[in-house]
Amino acid sequence: MSIRKTLATTARVMSQLRHDPRTLALLFLIPPVLITILKFVFQDEKHTFDHIAPLLLGIFPMIMMFLITSIVTLRERTSGTLDRLMTTPMSKLDFILGYAIAFSLLGFLQAIVTGVVMLGLLQVTVMGGAIPTIIGAVFASFLGTTLGLFISAFARSEFQAVQFMPAFIFPQILTCGLFITRSQMARPLQWFADVMPLTYSTDAMKRVTENPMWTTTLTRDLVVVGTFGILALILGSATIRRRE
Amino acid sequence: METAVKIKNLTIVLGGNFKALKNINIELPAHKMIGVIGPSGAGKTTLIRSIVGRLHITSGSVMVFNQPAGFPALRKQMSYMTQELSVYPDLTVRENLKYFEVMTEQPRKKLKESVINALEAVDMIDKIDNLVSSLSGGEKQRVSLAIALIGSPKILVLDEPTVGLDPVLRESLWKLFARLANDGHSLIITSHSMDEAERCDDLVLIRDGRIIAHSSPKELRQQTESRTIEQSFLKLVGEKR
Repeated sequence: MSIRKTLATTARVMSQLRHDPRTLALLFLIPPVLITILKFVFQDEKHTFDHIAPLLLGIFPMIMMFLITSIVTLRERTSGTLDRLMTTPMSKLDFILGYAIAFSLLGFLQAIVTGVVMLGLLQVTVMGGAIPTIIGAVFASFLGTTLGLFISAFARSEFQAVQFMPAFIFPQILTCGLFITRSQMARPLQWFADVMPLTYSTDAMKRVTENPMWTTTLTRDLVVVGTFGILALILGSATIRRRE
Repeated sequence: METAVKIKNLTIVLGGNFKALKNINIELPAHKMIGVIGPSGAGKTTLIRSIVGRLHITSGSVMVFNQPAGFPALRKQMSYMTQELSVYPDLTVRENLKYFEVMTEQPRKKLKESVINALEAVDMIDKIDNLVSSLSGGEKQRVSLAIALIGSPKILVLDEPTVGLDPVLRESLWKLFARLANDGHSLIITSHSMDEAERCDDLVLIRDGRIIAHSSPKELRQQTESRTIEQSFLKLVGEKR
């Protein structure tokens, strides 16, 4: 592994996005716009909106990062560039970490933009304050990035990669406790939710909304999310083959 | 004479059951331009990918400059141009080259100079700040080739480097290849085009996963009593059918 090659990969991914302003605009506009729409869906129920909006701040960026990373790494696998890179001294970890850093940075910026719109413009009240809210969102988008990197290995085409989103992320959204308290779900679904990462990132956002203080359970949830992310990175780099 | 590539009893099975290469034995000399020719699906790309170390070897061995193919130390001495345009369309020409410069561990001080040298060799210097996606097919191909020239590698493995290019450009690239071989580089080049094959120092004919001939173009023509490589190719391929 080399820091120079990892950072050069991060810089390269960033330049690719810089040459694609439309993608960048979509990336920063979609989550705030969606949350704004939700505000007017719940126009007479401020309490419900205050409760749901922070949870979505954890989910929207995660979905977008998942989609973008899975497509972009799939493209790398199918265009021959990864093939060529694997004949150079670059290590697999340089590749995967380079991507993870680039998209985590992007997720960080996206979380800030969305967080500022939500807390400032839409006046959502979060007990825990702005900074823990944004930290929670950053963890969620890190998770989306790493899962996307990992999952792209199982897609042969863009069509498949796009469908991995509903296949892999939707069940987690349904069971993570966004719609109903998890203890009210069927038992097998509770077990499922217990081992899925999105459950913990949603829990973390919930705790931030409800507790004025930073709690140890919040730390635990974020550690779980981070661990899932790192695990996905390691598995992701294992799916890249020097020899085929 | 120094050997660049030494292949012994090489068999490669792809996808679990397709025998892409069948018990190949061959020695390719260093500092030469070696052409690998054969019909499509014959195993040219498989042979090349086994030399750059991107394939699992089912049985046998591939040695490149006395090291097993794919050996980490070899990665700094070899470049590989894939058949696909392995360049980033959403980066400029310069950004593409700079990225691969870092990946191939070129000294930081010489980055700029080396980018310019590689682009001058393929006559793309005036497009240095253009996005690759805005270039024509032939221009993209040349950017891909320029990446393979980075750092002046000991051995260049080029999969169809001249396919789809106009005659003038092909001529200038073959001159470039000859110059590189003259300077002591080893080149392994696949091609569909038989008139291009004529320019190589050494020719390897593959058909159906087997090597059916390995000699200089001149010898090949004499052996098969043909006037052109195309004729000898057809004769050889016909014989074994």
